[in-house]
Amino acid sequence: MTTLTTNLLNHAKTPTGREEAWRFTPLKRIAGFHDRAIEITDQVSLFLKSPNQHGYTLQLQPADSVPPSSATDDVIVERIRESVSQVTLLEINRDAEISEPITLNRKNSSNRELSRTVIRAGSNSKATVIIENTGESLIGEEIEIILDSGATLNFITLQEWENSTVHLARHHAVIGKDATFNSVTVSLGGSVVRILPTVEYTGPGASAELFGVYFATDGQHLEHRIHVEHGVPQAKSRVNYKGALAGKDARTVWIGDVFIRAVAEGTDTYELNRNLLLTDGARADSVPNLEIETGEIVGAGHASTTGRFDDEQLFYLMSRGIPSDEARRLVIRGFFAEIIAKISDEVIQERLMARIDTDLSKVGA
Amino acid sequence: MSSLVIKNLRVGVETDTGLTEILKGVDLTVNSGETHAIMGPNGSGKSTLAYSIAGHPKYTIIGGTVTLDGVDVLEMSVDERAKAGLFLAMQYPVEVPGVSVSNFLRTAATALRGEAPKIRTWVGEVKAAMTKLNMDPAFSERSVNEGFSGGEKKRHEILQLELLKPKIAILDETDSGLDVDALRIVSEGVNRVKAESNIGVLLITHYTRILRYIKPDFVHVFANGHIVEEGGAELADKLEENGYAEYIKS
Repeated sequence: MTTLTTNLLNHAKTPTGREEAWRFTPLKRIAGFHDRAIEITDQVSLFLKSPNQHGYTLQLQPADSVPPSSATDDVIVERIRESVSQVTLLEINRDAEISEPITLNRKNSSNRELSRTVIRAGSNSKATVIIENTGESLIGEEIEIILDSGATLNFITLQEWENSTVHLARHHAVIGKDATFNSVTVSLGGSVVRILPTVEYTGPGASAELFGVYFATDGQHLEHRIHVEHGVPQAKSRVNYKGALAGKDARTVWIGDVFIRAVAEGTDTYELNRNLLLTDGARADSVPNLEIETGEIVGAGHASTTGRFDDEQLFYLMSRGIPSDEARRLVIRGFFAEIIAKISDEVIQERLMARIDTDLSKVGA
Repeated sequence: MSSLVIKNLRVGVETDTGLTEILKGVDLTVNSGETHAIMGPNGSGKSTLAYSIAGHPKYTIIGGTVTLDGVDVLEMSVDERAKAGLFLAMQYPVEVPGVSVSNFLRTAATALRGEAPKIRTWVGEVKAAMTKLNMDPAFSERSVNEGFSGGEKKRHEILQLELLKPKIAILDETDSGLDVDALRIVSEGVNRVKAESNIGVLLITHYTRILRYIKPDFVHVFANGHIVEEGGAELADKLEENGYAEYIKS
């Protein structure tokens, strides 16, 4: 495990927008957050939504009893670590197999919040954790997910915010030997959403799936900066994010950094990002970045495509009598279906698709 | 009894150098129960005719009329043409990832019939049609045309023909890329729909092969954007022997 190197007395520099990590982010719209200009209260808005089950504990712990397990150079994460007095700690017992998802819901209304959550999946446990974010908020969030050897964790976060929310987050997974981390990040709501889904491995045989879906309409900025650090041999990663954009100043950013260090022989990695521009006036940035320090690997690849709506698909469906708006909905649902299907809860699947439909009709795309 | 009437149809496509005319005055009437074969060399405009009738946005109507039972087809949107009773089986059916065949078929049937088909009878209807076309039932869970072989795509087109029951069907090079067995199965499908619903068929093809299975009442030779010769089934035999050479010269 990486040792904590953050020096609390030496703050990360306030971003100016010229830094690589911040050059896409509209700093004006998160003003006060990154530069500490506004006060943010210390509070906890995350609660259990699903019924109680055996095999795990969920509790609030004093922050200093749950120290961070990873280093960070992110100014928001640093601020969170300094500020929070309590940490939400979800521990899944070793060998526990929890059949139903553990669902946590965050329902905010115009609150400012800094939040730290730690999820520990005990060895050989199997569980699904879903975090639903709804409401209006200005929130900085750090989630650390630690998988002990042989654990399998499905981790799903749903950004179903109202469109005024600012959500700046890091979701960092530390994956042990033979453990499997399957994540799906869905970002539909929010004014500015900037999430850092990051992964490091601590033992061979570890595997990570980082899947995501985002849909930005008028004025939304949705940013996902993936970082997979292959620092051990024989680990696997798959990244697949699909995004659509519609309306004036809809903006998405996808960064896919995958590093294969010299020791990481036998690495197997592939990352993919596809963007669908539904109207003029939207902009998608997609930057895959693969750095390889050893040739002794199973495979490493990346692909990125950004394209317009396929009129041939529309013509085909309409030539069978399907009206144009319904045909567009079908194609867009189809585009996202591959990822949404990974969320094995039909109620949630349908809710997300319905939100996409609603957002679509709002911008008249 | 339905009639698709095409009069002096002129169609072009936008190119770098402006509008290029492809169809240069096509006259053709297809009635219920009739099978018309349009045969011609590559690049003669056969597919342009098919796609123009279906309303593909790539093509610009320069002049002429197309009516179905007296109603102007060219004024209709693509889906309205389907609702009016036109069907185009495409040479290159389009892949629609993430949309299952079953969802697609049901959505189309709902749109064309004006109400969702009763789920139980519909499932039976689809299964029966698939069996007749030698299609695996697992097919309906796959994404529309995605990863389909050439033969599977064409069977899927004819499956839609069977389920959507148009008045007039245009089959654009349905025989291309089919082996003998698939050609026979697909042709039998077309003949079945003809026998059951007395539809009119406009069969566009380069080769005479498919005409052994689907007997045309009329054969039209197409070259350089219009019909250059017309006759009965015997005209196809002549083409089989002599090819299109004499029509291309002009």
